Amino acid sequence: MSNSAVISAANPADKFDFLVRDDSHHVPNGSLLGFWIYLMSDCLIFAALFATYGVLSQNYAGGPSGAALFDLPLVALNTAFLLFSSITYGFAVLQMQQGKLPGTMIWLTITGLFGAAFLGLELYEFYHLILEGAGPQRSAFLSSFFALVGTHGLHVSFGIIWLITLLFQLRKHGLTGANRRRVFCLSMFWHFLDVIWIGVFTIVYLMGSLT
Amino acid sequence: MSTQHENSSEHHNHHDDHHNYVEGAPHSTFSGYMIGFIASVILTAIPFWLVIGDVLSTRNATVLVILGFALVQIIVHMVYFLHMNFHSESGWTMLSLIFTLVLLFITIAGSLWAMYHMNVNMMPSMMPSMSGGS
Repeated sequence: MSNSAVISAANPADKFDFLVRDDSHHVPNGSLLGFWIYLMSDCLIFAALFATYGVLSQNYAGGPSGAALFDLPLVALNTAFLLFSSITYGFAVLQMQQGKLPGTMIWLTITGLFGAAFLGLELYEFYHLILEGAGPQRSAFLSSFFALVGTHGLHVSFGIIWLITLLFQLRKHGLTGANRRRVFCLSMFWHFLDVIWIGVFTIVYLMGSLT
Repeated sequence: MSTQHENSSEHHNHHDDHHNYVEGAPHSTFSGYMIGFIASVILTAIPFWLVIGDVLSTRNATVLVILGFALVQIIVHMVYFLHMNFHSESGWTMLSLIFTLVLLFITIAGSLWAMYHMNVNMMPSMMPSMSGGS
């Protein structure tokens, strides 16, 4: 009801009343929905990778199993990094809502550092697996493991590149409409990657460690 | 009447901070993010504890419980971090999410089901008769 206003014609004798819908500032510009649909299509890439991993996760080809390879405290630390980066991104969005540019940039930087820590730990894990002879070519299980976890890591890498680009744009142009939209789209991307990681640590690491 | 009044005042606030606001984006709150974060920490810690501490007696019970925790945590993230609801963008985000979930289910459940049956029907025990025939 609050969106509409009844405008009477100037002439009181005129019987026509016009119902004008005043929802001009609630017209969605579509870019958030568009970005959401991109995320959903990205979700399907991960669905295919999860399905592949699910099918091949027992095919060790005489090689090491997940229980022998995975270091759960390391994975827990990695999960914590990603979870912290989600809440710090939330703080950046809150600062942006209040129109505070320095606060937004500081929290975005902290988010990027957590993301980089996550990526560093994941690369360290990959490096050790390959050094132990448990590289992607060792077994179907390890191929699907590296494909799934690697694709997630690649997404985080691109998220960090986007975040750094965004920091430069914010410093140059401030909290303009376009920049606010970019910050919000990246926040959706970032939280989406955290959602994927929930599936990864549960299905790959935790279930893989159960003997 | 009172609800109508609340509605209009809410709209007014919304209007006031509109200049710091992304068109169509939900309004985020500190408490919303904190609830989501604390719930996520708990929902992450318990599955790790269950697996590292080997708490439950059977493997299947552990798998079911940690999958349940993952599902709840995904919903928590969707609601508190991604601000999913039924009315943003006139419900199109929810519709596309449901569509994706259907495809997700078909892809994952279908692959596991088909490949499991293929494995069962091509067990090594069936191989000797095949090699014997050649």
